[in-house]
Amino acid sequence: MSDTIYLDHAATTPMHPEVIEVMSEAMKHYFGNASSIHQLGRESRGIIEEARRTFAESINANPQEIIITSGGTESDNMAIIKSAEKYKGKHIITTEIEHPAVLKPLDYLSKQGYDITYLTINNDGQITLEQIKNALREDTFLVSIMYGNNEIGSMMPIQKIGHYLKEEHPDVLFHTDAVQAYGTEEIDVRESKIDLLSVSSHKINGPKGVGFLYKSNQISLAPLILGGEQENKLRAGTENLPAIIGFKKAVEVRRTNKKETKESYLYFKKLFISKLQENNIDFDINGTIEDSLSHILSVHLNGIPSDKLLIHLDLENIAVSSGSACSAGTVGHSHVLTSLYDENHPAVEETIRISFGLGIKEEDIIKSVDKIKKASIFLKGK
Amino acid sequence: MSNKNIRVVVGMSGGVDSSVTALLLKQQGYDVIGVFMKNWDDTDENGVCTATEDYKDVGLVANKIGIPYYSINFEEEYWDKVFQYFLDEYKKGRTPNPDVMCNKEIKFKAFLDYAMSLGADYVATGHYARVERDENGITHMLRGVDNNKDQTYFLNQLSQKQLSKVMFPLGEMDKSEVRKIAEEAELATANKKDSTGICFIGEKDFKEFLMNYLPAQPGNMVTEDGEIMGRHDGLMYYTIGQRKGLGIGGTGQSNEPWFAIGKNMENNELIVGQGFTHPHLYATHLEASDFSFTTDKSYPETFRCTAKFRYRQEDTNVTVFYNKEEDSAVVEFDEPTRAITPGQAIVFYDGDECLGGGTIDRAYKEETLLKYI
Repeated sequence: MSDTIYLDHAATTPMHPEVIEVMSEAMKHYFGNASSIHQLGRESRGIIEEARRTFAESINANPQEIIITSGGTESDNMAIIKSAEKYKGKHIITTEIEHPAVLKPLDYLSKQGYDITYLTINNDGQITLEQIKNALREDTFLVSIMYGNNEIGSMMPIQKIGHYLKEEHPDVLFHTDAVQAYGTEEIDVRESKIDLLSVSSHKINGPKGVGFLYKSNQISLAPLILGGEQENKLRAGTENLPAIIGFKKAVEVRRTNKKETKESYLYFKKLFISKLQENNIDFDINGTIEDSLSHILSVHLNGIPSDKLLIHLDLENIAVSSGSACSAGTVGHSHVLTSLYDENHPAVEETIRISFGLGIKEEDIIKSVDKIKKASIFLKGK
Repeated sequence: MSNKNIRVVVGMSGGVDSSVTALLLKQQGYDVIGVFMKNWDDTDENGVCTATEDYKDVGLVANKIGIPYYSINFEEEYWDKVFQYFLDEYKKGRTPNPDVMCNKEIKFKAFLDYAMSLGADYVATGHYARVERDENGITHMLRGVDNNKDQTYFLNQLSQKQLSKVMFPLGEMDKSEVRKIAEEAELATANKKDSTGICFIGEKDFKEFLMNYLPAQPGNMVTEDGEIMGRHDGLMYYTIGQRKGLGIGGTGQSNEPWFAIGKNMENNELIVGQGFTHPHLYATHLEASDFSFTTDKSYPETFRCTAKFRYRQEDTNVTVFYNKEEDSAVVEFDEPTRAITPGQAIVFYDGDECLGGGTIDRAYKEETLLKYI
């Protein structure tokens, strides 16, 4: 596996060596239940509260505003389903290109009688503040807009939306799924006037199975998972201590080098594009390069079916992604690309997503484009 | 060329046969890739889908033997080419053979093409049949050594072009050996039950399944003399020669059981008669069309060979009068043959070699057209 060129960091990331180290140590030394009164329990409690402070600082929140969860999906579910409880049958605004962790809870609410407006995206894969303004209604209680898209990287005008809502509609809750953006963007929930924000650990070289939901202390929310008093009575279940320690380390590592990390990804992105051009590969960028997440590049390779290309690259030990996972291991059409174009646009079946992260070297990019070229020639000959 | 430079894409279904196929090829040093074909979505009310479960088994087996594996969706092709044909044939009062069509259109066309686009030199499946390549570069399809399992009947429509790209590693084995190999290699599918029936129906009640797609038209069951013996649920549910499910007790002239001996589509009547050897069940010759031959050799207008009219039946000696222009044939049997079924395949053999086949349209007894449709 070690010789695989991994260009799928938007799916998940390898753990940082320092993360693995602190987790291994934690597994050896700390096993106490943080709810226990005794010494071992107190020790665990202390570690969790320290982690909470780190998470809070990373987005300019207060520690009591951080609910540690099992990851981005749980955070999104809790933010949406639990905030809706007080507003039976009322109105929510979101986009067509949210992650399923947002769309599925919204489907669920829709079946319960809630009214959902799905904003369409423009050619850059973005929505505008104007669209929000036009969609707002008397009974709108929640706006849920992702920070940056996981498939095409497009960033949404989060700060503008946050400011507008606080000024004009202070009662409307503002949730953002920041799972992809958290690793590279400077996020400030105070400055951006965000009420709810979802983050996942495994997208930033932390362990899987942990994340957090930021919930402004101006709002109240009931727990999604019941059964204990953990997380300020907002999330039951014995805390996953090694994962929380690992997540904390991942956040710390990223905080010290966020700017450089972002710049290196941008460099790889531009290098990738220029290598595609040098190799005369016929391609278009889905969405935009400006105003998009630095680690995500979505390219439409004209005339090259992405499912086949993906297998060719996999057989050459290069990991990229395409479409969205469907039943029994098959790949279905991406709802993001069908929203960006339409169902019949060739890009829907000819797009691959390349996403950069820890450990990628310049020569990996050059080799990958070389293999794409080789596979393209083969597939076009067929 | 050494085997490691020969890429073989194996169609893996999650069953024991295709698992062992992949294992054997891997052991022989080929560059093996496993591909699961998702042809049908049967997700039930509990969210259980056979394909999802089968794909998990493909993953277990592929990881065990150390090959990459992927899943490809052929649902659209399957619906258009196999399922529509299946329904159309029933509408015409015939009994379709979807396995033959699936091999022709999906496994050895859509899947084969897909495999080629992955750089395959060959595709392999777990069919019990053999391919032999002669000194002139011609591929011959031979019966599987396990006579009880031989599947050439279902593969009769494969062309020389298709066969030239095919490997059937199980053709030399019998089923018990295959199971043993799977057990010794500790493959997850070693003790998995063989799938029964048609893939899209699975274990479900066939009548109930068909009813979802074709309206059932109940009608009368009548004897050849026109005596009404009861009601039938719809002609499509009955096959010529069938005994089960008629529900006529020991009445009539003898105490012998009743059989479906014919159909009258115009009056929507099922013709029934007594005795396994009822004369209306025996034909002397048939007409068939839509032929495909396994080699490009041209056949004379008249030739002798053996033939099968259904799976797992003994061969019958026949004389074929082939009309190449119309792609049809009259096939005369040396001995009268029971329960010739329109819609089913007629497959020709020369010794062990499967020569190809066509689809049965009509059966005759001497000069009389048997009322089978």
